[in-house]
Amino acid sequence: MATLTLRDLRKSYGNFEVIKGIDLAIADKEFVVFVGPSGCGKSTLLRMIAGLEDITGGELQIDGRRVNHVGPADRGLAMVFQTYALYPHMTVRQNMGFALRLARVPKAERDRKVDEAARILQLEPYLERRPKDLSGGQRQRVAIGRAIVRQPKVFLFDEPLSNLDAALRGQMRIELSRLHEELNATMIYVTHDQIEAMTMADKIVVLQSGRVEQVGSPLDLYHHPANLFVAGFIGSPRMNFLPATVAEAGSRGTIVALASGQRLAVPIEARSARPGDPVTLGIRPEGLHVDPAGPLTADVTLVERLGGLTLLHLKAPGDQDMTVQIEGSDPTRAHDRIGLSVDPGATHLFEKSGQALPHLGRHPLAA
Amino acid sequence: MDASVTEAPPVETVATAMPRSVGRLLLLPSVVVLLAWMIVPLVMTLWFSFQYYNLINPETAGFAGLDNYRYLVTDPDFWVSLENTLILVGSVLVVTVVFGTLLAVLFNQPFPGRNIARVLAISPFFVMPTVSALIWKNLLMHPIYGVFGAVARSFGRQPVDWFADYPLASIIAIVSWEWLPFALLILLTAVQSLDHEQREAARMDGAGVIAQFVFITLPHLSRAISVVVMIETIFLLTVFAEIFVTTSGGPGNATTNLAFLIYARALLQYDIGGASAGGIVAIVLANIVAFFLVRSIARRLEV
Repeated sequence: MATLTLRDLRKSYGNFEVIKGIDLAIADKEFVVFVGPSGCGKSTLLRMIAGLEDITGGELQIDGRRVNHVGPADRGLAMVFQTYALYPHMTVRQNMGFALRLARVPKAERDRKVDEAARILQLEPYLERRPKDLSGGQRQRVAIGRAIVRQPKVFLFDEPLSNLDAALRGQMRIELSRLHEELNATMIYVTHDQIEAMTMADKIVVLQSGRVEQVGSPLDLYHHPANLFVAGFIGSPRMNFLPATVAEAGSRGTIVALASGQRLAVPIEARSARPGDPVTLGIRPEGLHVDPAGPLTADVTLVERLGGLTLLHLKAPGDQDMTVQIEGSDPTRAHDRIGLSVDPGATHLFEKSGQALPHLGRHPLAA
Repeated sequence: MDASVTEAPPVETVATAMPRSVGRLLLLPSVVVLLAWMIVPLVMTLWFSFQYYNLINPETAGFAGLDNYRYLVTDPDFWVSLENTLILVGSVLVVTVVFGTLLAVLFNQPFPGRNIARVLAISPFFVMPTVSALIWKNLLMHPIYGVFGAVARSFGRQPVDWFADYPLASIIAIVSWEWLPFALLILLTAVQSLDHEQREAARMDGAGVIAQFVFITLPHLSRAISVVVMIETIFLLTVFAEIFVTTSGGPGNATTNLAFLIYARALLQYDIGGASAGGIVAIVLANIVAFFLVRSIARRLEV
């Protein structure tokens, strides 16, 4: 059992506030990912939870107990660092058993726990080696093993995969998800990589400059972003943003006028928006289709062929850059002029303040 | 374009054929100078050590066989000087490494005025040995004019005549004071290179300040400590100026180390033969120490 509650958590360095009041509840056995651009405070927030940074204001509770002033070792957490931070002069076995050794756990029990963790992580053949004799992926697993032997209430990961190559990163993602299921533990994971966030999280917390922008399941964030920032941050390639104005605000949806004069009906509530108000129309790259009869026209500037998929980089009228994701078999070439049709269900509208207007219906996968 | 292509190969063959002979020829002057620099004094010392050669007694001259060595090893001063040398080297190493490590950890903590404190702590290294020995002798340890004496008197205690009562300990104090900054400098850079995530990981694992020092900092410093020990040993075997300026090897032979013994033989007793024998012993001793040090440290450096 491990729940975490953050109440108006704040952190300042001198007069400079980096964490500006964060409220968050993390349920038992949840896999929570903090994601955001670099400098958004996600690592600081994690380190505050770990106890490596002092908490300036607010309250941090673990299992309902206030732990603001409890030392990092006594919070019942374990952390995996970005650089792994293995002890170079100790063998893998000593690295993994270090916490237990400090806690004066008898050697027999220590060895049993280390062996158990090594079995889970397939590290058995390497137990007597030193970190320098291991590959990056193996070091990463030792770092995780060091966390596992302590049987913590909560696992903390600070960008653990960012030092691995792409293939290994994909493999470790799957391994971490498997580990989460096997260990049945609460995990908090910090990353700037949204693929890691989307694939592993039960709940994503999007942070920007020390504030929470949105909390939700991966598909919730993908299909119902709360604002422009989240819409632009989640999803790759990025969502296309087109300037538009509200043309008609009805109860069954909104009709917007694009800069080119084209009108588009979208199933989104207009709320307080009046005809004439400027809005931003967001369309994901897969919400656009090449269609000679479509309402939009654009010039293809660049074609990126990924094999199964193709990304078209476009220049729409008004010098508007757009990206479209289409089938890999599509023959469109660079410098073609193409027509585009829009899937109205895959569009988003954002007010001038950046806040999203709500969709009429929820996406079936975004509970 | 064509011309340069056709011309290139011959240049290349010359460039690969030339260096063996020409390169060696060009190296020759410096090799000769270096060899002469090393070998000539060594051979001369070796030669003198087998000669009766006393500057104030030119009558007795000629081949001495092992006589100089026999006199040396039967001379109680020699064994005392050997003992003093080892005590001096060992004590200064212990003092500088222990305090150097602690100071390095201390100076790595942020505190107001840290940069000034660092400069002050390192500055003794820049004072030449004769000067620092004189400062210690006349301004600090002198029972009448010295600071220590004044402090003792202010507490109503009898001032200690350091060089009379604790001569070797006084020399050790002076030499340690000179070499502590060196140890501090090397160890401080080593402490700074310690990955802070490692220390944070240890904190998460439940390591307190002392456990972090023992299990993380000290192993990290082991390589730097080896370097300090090796370099200091080489220099501490030849400590001379501090002894010459303060005690002149006395009282009696209490502060005579091997270097000072050789000096006394050669330039106080004018016994070149005996001094040369002492010199050869010093070379053998230094090489034995160097052999063990290099072997143990080389193993540690290959991490």
